[in-house]
Amino acid sequence: MYVAVKGGETAIGNAHALLAEDRRGDTALPELSVAQIREQLSGAVDRVMTEGSVYDPELAALALKQARGDQVEAIFLLRAYRTTLPRLAVSRPIDTAKMRISRRISSCFKDMPGGQLLGPTFDYTHRLLDFALLAGGDPAAAPEGGRLADAMPQVVDLLNAEGLIEREEPDAEDAPVGDLTREPLMFPAGRDVRLQNLARADEGWLLAMGYSTQRGYAKSHPFVGEIRSGEVSVEIDIPELGFAVDIGDITVTECQMVNQFRGSKSEPPKFTRGYGLAFGYAERKAMAMSLVDRALRAEELGEDVTAPAQDQEFVLYHADNVEASGFVQHLKLPHHVDFQSELTLVRLMRAEIAAGETAVTAQQDETLEEAAQ
Amino acid sequence: MTAMQQQYEASAGVLDGYNFAFLDEQTKRMIRRAILKAVAIPGYQVPFGSREMPLPYGWGTGGMQVTAAVIGRADTLKVIDQGADDTTNAVSIRRFFVRMTGVATTEKTREATLIQTRHRVPETPLQEDQILVYQVPIPEPLRWLEPRETETRKMHGLSEYGVMHVKLYEDISRHGHISTAYDYPVMVNGRYLMRCSPIPKFDTPKLHMNAALQLFGAGREKRIYAVPPYTEVKPLDFDDHPFEIERWSEACALCAAENSFLDEVILDDRGGRMFVCSDTDYCGERQAAGHRGPMAAPYKDREAAE
Repeated sequence: MYVAVKGGETAIGNAHALLAEDRRGDTALPELSVAQIREQLSGAVDRVMTEGSVYDPELAALALKQARGDQVEAIFLLRAYRTTLPRLAVSRPIDTAKMRISRRISSCFKDMPGGQLLGPTFDYTHRLLDFALLAGGDPAAAPEGGRLADAMPQVVDLLNAEGLIEREEPDAEDAPVGDLTREPLMFPAGRDVRLQNLARADEGWLLAMGYSTQRGYAKSHPFVGEIRSGEVSVEIDIPELGFAVDIGDITVTECQMVNQFRGSKSEPPKFTRGYGLAFGYAERKAMAMSLVDRALRAEELGEDVTAPAQDQEFVLYHADNVEASGFVQHLKLPHHVDFQSELTLVRLMRAEIAAGETAVTAQQDETLEEAAQ
Repeated sequence: MTAMQQQYEASAGVLDGYNFAFLDEQTKRMIRRAILKAVAIPGYQVPFGSREMPLPYGWGTGGMQVTAAVIGRADTLKVIDQGADDTTNAVSIRRFFVRMTGVATTEKTREATLIQTRHRVPETPLQEDQILVYQVPIPEPLRWLEPRETETRKMHGLSEYGVMHVKLYEDISRHGHISTAYDYPVMVNGRYLMRCSPIPKFDTPKLHMNAALQLFGAGREKRIYAVPPYTEVKPLDFDDHPFEIERWSEACALCAAENSFLDEVILDDRGGRMFVCSDTDYCGERQAAGHRGPMAAPYKDREAAE
């Protein structure tokens, strides 16, 4: 009989148990350790840290293990943990010009001081499944000196003596910086808030949005000014000491995209910039982010806002995968009350139409009868 | 509450290592300030720094933050979804607050000081010392007519609600009546157009001059709004097409109620169905008072068997 909504508690308990069992998989095989995930699935860890907004490879790996590799679920876990953390200090801006480089390329120039450094990249691998990995085993050692070169100047700044590329002036030291995790997103959003939103944004969303600007939805004519990956120091000011203290290093990927700009009434033609930054080796994300950042600067640069990628509300409101995933999946929750209301309405409307038709037919019959008489 | 449920919730225990009601005190203070502003300007959507909750967006994170901000140790909490206390999401949210606060919970509308709800307003009239917290997916009543937040904020600022009247008028000209079945737009205190979260039209009149404080939390959209006690809440309509609620030709199959919102339950694959109260507490209370619908007996047998 009426059992539709009973037994919710038991069902939830059972679902959790089933999930835990599925996560573990075949117990005849050794359990995956968090350290293994951290070391061997670093691409997944980097994405979870970036979109989860916490630089902690250990916790990101734990989240991946708990989410059985589901990235968006792992990002959600890390975010929900982040929200409970106290805010001890705000760091000084990281200085990527002082990065200890492991990769640095530019597509604008054939060569530049310091040279192009490929580093650990998939770029020129042939995507052929390596069946040797089925058997396992350690790879041959990479040649010495391929990692962490000293700091190198940023390409875009280095080759900008003519001022053809717009300069980015830092804001005043004491200028407030927005924080989406404390204040709601309001429009028009400043570039600080936009960049924070894009850094936390779903990689797939950014990729598609950035891609759309290459296919004519907001023409951006982009060139990679520079992509660099490596370690930077994080420093915090300690008021009692009166100077900044280095609290550790993080690995980041930065992309400076250079875009053509035809000029406006007030500005001569020049190159403009889009910026992308992500934790770890997340080049696809950083590049896509820089394309979208540039597209979102349309209004500031006096361009017409015609494409989705230029539309602040459209891009920023739909970029967060924790929000999007939750709202899309909430459709699984019972909606039978609203559905009942709609059912009642649709039945009423159909009944009215049927009644109307009957009335019309009756009238037609009458007219025919009259004509016959 | 069934014995099984009591056992399940007692097994939860209060979780160590978290602040009372999960959120830290500064965050609760920030939310309370937003609530006070919302109460001061009935129907106005106050932006607030919504936090990431350990439940997904769209599953009640706004309502949960409001509840977390106002709940105290002396409160008795009731959580419903679709009018029922034992739907999975209601169970999950109630369990969250049991683990995070240790407060008493109840299924009885009369006993609760704080009620968090999704999609329904309880049938039992609320009292002055009660707070009803709604989970809101989309707070903006004009959203389907104007997708841009910058525009809708302007429209609220200017009380520019003509588009909604036009929409309702178009409904009438096309279908003969207003075809909004739930989430019916209302004017609050004669000033702000408000969305009452997706409650059925049937519940809309209950908001008007309600004795309880009604708070609305939208987590993903980061808005809080309120209807203070005894505030005028008027559904939009026309003189010649007055607002109407859903009606059923049947009564509740379990408690014979003729004036409650009924869920349709499919019984077999031959079109058999029954109608029962969506508000499980109301239905149970009526049955306990001796009201019997045509299908009440098997239900009672099942309860006894548990």
